[in-house]
Amino acid sequence: MKQNIVVEDWGLVNYADAYERQKICVQNVVEGAGDHLILCEHPAVLTLGRMTKPESLLYQRQEIAERGVMVTNVDRGGDVTLHAPGQLIVYPIFNLYNYGKDLKIYMEKLQEVAVDLLRNFGILAISVPGKRGVFVGPDKIISIGVGVRKWVTYHGLGINVNTDLSLFNLIKPCGLNVRMTSMQKLKGHAILMKDVKTKVIELFQKYFYPSI
Amino acid sequence: MMTKIILPELGEGITKATIACWHAKLGEDIVVGQEICEAVTDKASFVIEAPVSGKLKSILVKDGEEALIGSVLGIIE
Repeated sequence: MKQNIVVEDWGLVNYADAYERQKICVQNVVEGAGDHLILCEHPAVLTLGRMTKPESLLYQRQEIAERGVMVTNVDRGGDVTLHAPGQLIVYPIFNLYNYGKDLKIYMEKLQEVAVDLLRNFGILAISVPGKRGVFVGPDKIISIGVGVRKWVTYHGLGINVNTDLSLFNLIKPCGLNVRMTSMQKLKGHAILMKDVKTKVIELFQKYFYPSI
Repeated sequence: MMTKIILPELGEGITKATIACWHAKLGEDIVVGQEICEAVTDKASFVIEAPVSGKLKSILVKDGEEALIGSVLGIIE
């Protein structure tokens, strides 16, 4: 039976530390704890998935380090991704046994949350068939990357709220020739992170726990 | 006894996945529940566990190769 969602705000936390904490949380949920929704931001870091192509990094690692950006290998699929302050990271640690053990339905719900979130801030975003993430016109604003272990999810959404978009010039995000955008850029002013967090929590409740 | 490692149903409409990597090596002794390989769809990555304990006798779908849902990825003896 689904229990109420547990929300944790980890603040600004190193990517590697957050990953270790996620793994512990996944294990807790596997062992019966309720679904967790974790919110945080990461110091600037490039995470290299197992399928990262050498050409996805557009600069040498030393040059990247000189920009104050860490580079770390991660045990997930996919290509390179950038995280930085101003990007709200959402890690839903959800037990998919409660959602029919269906990755497709879970991913669709994540996309719906993402599109609805942006709509609440006056941004019309779309999901593009065959492409992960959420786009405004041709530009990507929310990245989605999900891992599943024992039918419990980890990783999640990277929402560009007030992200320094110039950092994306270091890479081909996700190995694609795609331009990134942010809520700040589209609205012409910085967005209060606490407002975004509040809406994210509300929407996860709405889409995943409609009856509670 | 030989036990097949099957690529499980991942969701409606998901017909195939790519094996991103094997965590277990050919010939390795593995225990039930051990994470042995990772499948990636265009949706997500999914960790596959050993259905039984034994020796990883064969790997039929190698790193980077695609497999259909329900197909045999490897065999544990």
